[in-house]
Amino acid sequence: MRQRHTHAQRRSSVARRDLPFRVAIRGRRQHNQGVKIAVCVKQIPDPANPGRLDADGKTLARDEKLILDESDSYGVEMALQLAEAAGGEVVLVSMSPTGEVGGIRTALAMGADAAVIISDDALAGSDALGTAKVLAAALRRTQPDLILTATESTDGYTGTVPAQIAELLSLPSVTFAKSVEVGSDGLLVRRQAEYGYDEVACPLPAVVSVTAGVVEPRYPSFRGIMAAKSKPTEMLTLAGLGLEPSEVGWTGARQRIIDVSPVPERGGGEICEDDGTGHERIVALLEELKVL
Amino acid sequence: MNSYTPPLQDMVFALEEVCNIRSFAAMEEFESFDPDDLHHVLAEAGRFASEVFGPLNKTGDSLGSVRNPDSTVSTPPGFAEAYDSYVEAGWGAAAFPLEYGGGGLPWAMGLALQEMLTASNLALSLCPLLTQGAIHSLLAHGSPAQKAEYLPKLISGEWSATMLLTEPHAGSDLGALTTRAERADDGSYRLFGQKIFITWGEHDMTPNIIHLVLARTPDAPAGTRGISCFIVPKFLPWQDGSPKMRNDIACIAIEEKMGLHASPTCVMQLGESGGAVGYLIGDENAGMSYMFTMMNNARLGVGMEGVGVADRAFQQSLQFARERLQGRRPETPAGKQSAIISHPDVRRMLLTQKSLVEATRSLCYYNATAIDLAKAHPDKSERAKAQELCDLLTPLSKSWGTEVGEMVASLAIQLHGGMGYVEETGVAQYFRDVRITSIYEGTNGIQAIDLIARKLPMRRGAVVKELLEQIATTAKEMPDELKTLREPLEEGVESARRCCDWLLAHPGDNALAGAVPFQRLMASLVGGWLLAVSSQASLRMLPAASGEEADFLRAKQVTAEFFCTQILPEACALEHAVTGGAELLYALAPEQMR
Repeated sequence: MRQRHTHAQRRSSVARRDLPFRVAIRGRRQHNQGVKIAVCVKQIPDPANPGRLDADGKTLARDEKLILDESDSYGVEMALQLAEAAGGEVVLVSMSPTGEVGGIRTALAMGADAAVIISDDALAGSDALGTAKVLAAALRRTQPDLILTATESTDGYTGTVPAQIAELLSLPSVTFAKSVEVGSDGLLVRRQAEYGYDEVACPLPAVVSVTAGVVEPRYPSFRGIMAAKSKPTEMLTLAGLGLEPSEVGWTGARQRIIDVSPVPERGGGEICEDDGTGHERIVALLEELKVL
Repeated sequence: MNSYTPPLQDMVFALEEVCNIRSFAAMEEFESFDPDDLHHVLAEAGRFASEVFGPLNKTGDSLGSVRNPDSTVSTPPGFAEAYDSYVEAGWGAAAFPLEYGGGGLPWAMGLALQEMLTASNLALSLCPLLTQGAIHSLLAHGSPAQKAEYLPKLISGEWSATMLLTEPHAGSDLGALTTRAERADDGSYRLFGQKIFITWGEHDMTPNIIHLVLARTPDAPAGTRGISCFIVPKFLPWQDGSPKMRNDIACIAIEEKMGLHASPTCVMQLGESGGAVGYLIGDENAGMSYMFTMMNNARLGVGMEGVGVADRAFQQSLQFARERLQGRRPETPAGKQSAIISHPDVRRMLLTQKSLVEATRSLCYYNATAIDLAKAHPDKSERAKAQELCDLLTPLSKSWGTEVGEMVASLAIQLHGGMGYVEETGVAQYFRDVRITSIYEGTNGIQAIDLIARKLPMRRGAVVKELLEQIATTAKEMPDELKTLREPLEEGVESARRCCDWLLAHPGDNALAGAVPFQRLMASLVGGWLLAVSSQASLRMLPAASGEEADFLRAKQVTAEFFCTQILPEACALEHAVTGGAELLYALAPEQMR
């Protein structure tokens, strides 16, 4: 009963907000169960606060409250729209070395149905590949039809995890999606490119990274927030995933951070007095910038 | 540039450490309240407020709401959409009963949500605030059928509501109102008259507006004892129940105001063509007492408006003070300028703003806690005690919260220098917007009369004295680390006690003459006390804290010390004005005053 209630509520909320054309579902998938979409999400320190480095000076301190990475909210929104249109469920998959769940709850409050969180002390210091291994292992258990990710996190910016997950799971990888359609015969993705967009068709399951800004993430409603805490949240350790601590974290990382230095302060601008030839200087500058 | 960041850390701290809101979870009334949700709920509501309501604040001010020739009112671009999202997100329902679709949260939390909406966009937030007032009246006095008909839609925010009280000759003196209500054959009434200063009386954000109107029946006694309260919907239900039939009530003008341009302040005409259909709430002639039921909530809400705007003005001041370079401090290398935050007087302004904001926030939340406990505490005598405390604190929250709103917004202008006076900077809007708050919902002078004439005499002054005793105990038990707070608090208590005795011994004009300064003194003392309580809590929490949290906790102690040692004594000096009596005020005859 509870489940049906949730669905009814969700349909009504869809009816009220016009479904953007970008996300559409063609037909229903087999088995009539709808589509199961996993969204990989990351919790990061609030970018609004001044960031601090850990004591070793090599990584961002993550001991404060963490929030849902904004770049992930687009994938969550896209997944919710797909699931609302076709029926189905949205499962969040996240690695949280500190066990923090605040950001995950935001995504649950937006409407995701469940979360799988991998929390283990040994995860601290994981590089992109380590992260991909952990997420891939969790996704293998979850068995989704479609895996959505952001194109990159806002605190690390490696941008490699989505493709690594796909490779580890031997799934097709489509990057920089601006729209996703799920049909009975697979996936149709419009892929953002400098010259416009590519249309990419591929079979399911697949890993798709979603470009920031292509949908408008909904605000969690008051009721969504209240409902979020009773949604199933599975906490897993490395052992639960069958991974060895040596594969992840500082020990497993194949990438080494040698040095972190602050962005150099911006120098003062150049002030040119116009002695009648100012326009020539402007043209020269614009040419230098290659905009002319 | 002037975005609003919800002060989540301080809000949660005040609710947990000053108001002890965690203890509410055990109360039946608040079974849906989970204290562990506190931060999350406030954070999401705050994000909504600052991102959806916030960006419209300035455009709302420059474009304003506009009345059209067909007597409809168009709100500024974006307002209707923002209000829609507010309804869809369901924030308005959070602190109302589950029975009517509410979220069942404590009022203290509802007030915190309100703070963020008002800070983001005071003009827009007034629409749901007025609706809240009507909900409280209907909850307390509506018939079961009226509750079923109106409450779910008002609580969800689908419909908005207004309060039609003021008339041209009946402002603070509502007993003088003349709008009349004639009984109709079907049991309803027909209303005729004109009402002014009707906030959000007409607009395009909701499909229906439910007006609560004070009016007199033909045989009503004179004065406040002859006032009845009616529900007058803008649209009446058609046969199929949908609101389609236009009622005989219309907005005939909107005021051009100093601020709050986006909030339409309407002149409402009732009964131009046959009479506005109205439905009586409760009994005839009992309307004034019904208004008082929602007054504590509404007045507290207005106090909170002041705090919300003050906080936003403070945030912008702080940011400016960090960035603006003027003058050179000794530590700044030659040839460079220092940020103005390094100058002593700018520090003074910032700390004044910060401590006033935190003190009034604590006061308002604490007041809301009293509302919650008066309703939900399992013990009857505790409920009665909480009601007394709420009655006492409400005029303090309303008047001081709004005064602080003005003061802090004014300081924000000062701190910005010449640019503060320039509209583009944005701080001038805070000042213009917040200025009305010390006037509406009972002027601060009326609050002071309420304090002196109704609240102070409760149990012959014992309610006030008990609160003072509590403050004295806190002062006495102040740990040595915080001993600087002890003396100013003790002096404050002594000063307030002497004032109480004097006021009780000099009722009438003498007491009334000292009412406003007494109100300020009391509010400052309670504010200082709550900051001292915060300081004690931070002392307790510091050993386990690190990083940003530790900084926050240490700042609490600085704020409390600054307030108690430098602002509270100023308020205590008001004792002279409180006990000065009326004679001097009347020493000049009206014609001699020039």
